[in-house]
Amino acid sequence: MKPAPFDYYAPRDLGEALDVLAEAGEHGKVLAGGQSLIPLLNMRLAAPERLVDINRIASLEPFEVTPDGVRIGALARHSQVERSEGIAAVQPLLRQALRLVAHPVIRNRGTVVGSLVHADPAAELPAVLALLGGSVRLARAGGVRDVPAGEFFTGPLESALEPGELAVSAHFPRLPERTGSSFVEVARRHGDYALAGVAAVVTVDDDLRVSEARVVCVGVGPVPLTADVSGWCERRPASTVDWAAVARAVQDRTEPEADIHATAEYRRHLVGVLAVRALTEAARHAL
Amino acid sequence: MRYDITLVVNGIVRRVGVPARRLLSDCLRHDLGLTGTHVGCEHGVCGCCTVLLDGEPVRSCLTFAVTVDGRQITTVEGLAGPEGMSPVQRAFAECHGLQCGFCTPGFLCTATALLRQNPTPTDEEVLEGISGNLCRCTGYQNIVKSVHRAAELMAEEEGR
Repeated sequence: MKPAPFDYYAPRDLGEALDVLAEAGEHGKVLAGGQSLIPLLNMRLAAPERLVDINRIASLEPFEVTPDGVRIGALARHSQVERSEGIAAVQPLLRQALRLVAHPVIRNRGTVVGSLVHADPAAELPAVLALLGGSVRLARAGGVRDVPAGEFFTGPLESALEPGELAVSAHFPRLPERTGSSFVEVARRHGDYALAGVAAVVTVDDDLRVSEARVVCVGVGPVPLTADVSGWCERRPASTVDWAAVARAVQDRTEPEADIHATAEYRRHLVGVLAVRALTEAARHAL
Repeated sequence: MRYDITLVVNGIVRRVGVPARRLLSDCLRHDLGLTGTHVGCEHGVCGCCTVLLDGEPVRSCLTFAVTVDGRQITTVEGLAGPEGMSPVQRAFAECHGLQCGFCTPGFLCTATALLRQNPTPTDEEVLEGISGNLCRCTGYQNIVKSVHRAAELMAEEEGR
């Protein structure tokens, strides 16, 4: 037996779950896919008193393509979202990012919304939400609020989710016309958390000049770091943009830290290389 | 507090009383005596404990038994049919796809699901499919060969 004991609740509907969470307050923890939470429990890095297992709440399962994007329910697994052609058509960055999330077997259980709430600064999905300007819908007994990505991620493994709240869905806006996306990263082994990663979204105008370019970096700060680099592209055609200069501007925004896996300097170097790759690939997809 | 749950393991309905914190891996091994499922790292890295949940491979060490109450579980013990070992098992034996054998139950379950979803995987698809399973003997070359061989065996049996 590895996890410390906890009181277990398996509500069948959302109202019941919110009531249990309201009563549990800061002692409550939500279990969805469990692919980040259960390792923490097994190693006793976390020991919540009350665990609210939401896996039986059918209303949290669906994901849907809406006129302005994609809304993903709290129980939609990574693998379902990754395989959905409907989602890929509207927001291809999700599939590009999900292919870098752990391994296929983990993606069968792990959930997109759970990954957002876990808020690992090296994780892909928080970065996607931040780059696209999406939002997370938080429900509590007697109320619902939508929190924009920019306010949702507050620190490493910390989010705006308050005790008693449940993240019921997340909204990822659709990719605009003439816009391409890309997600690239370097990890010690395929499927590991990245040493550094960069996602980019690039929009071109009618003359195929870069009108808007934004990036987000993972693994090089306490939260996903977004940067609007449109100005650096000087509205040139993608082939003549000085991408190295753009990458330097991105590097300047990061604050990487050293750990056992890589020095801060190496992570900064990676961000530069990856920013060029992500931006040029996104620009190619925009054409 | 114990929870009475029902798991359909390898086609057999099993009722078992477990505490909420019982991992599916420990439930299979300790409560049901199915020690074919191996437990390596217990935090989702090694893939040894992979079993099929309603046909989909999942980490049994990252799943609570109570969460999967009422679901179908297939462990390595359930891969063989009445006529003997499954094509994936035979391929691993034929191609020397195992050395010490510790990781093998996880690889067999993962490969079984992979080939059901994609009966003719490319080299790249095999590598991606088994990327979440570690072999400490580093016998990956023969494991990849085994998965391709299993695809051939399955195609031959289909054709019969």
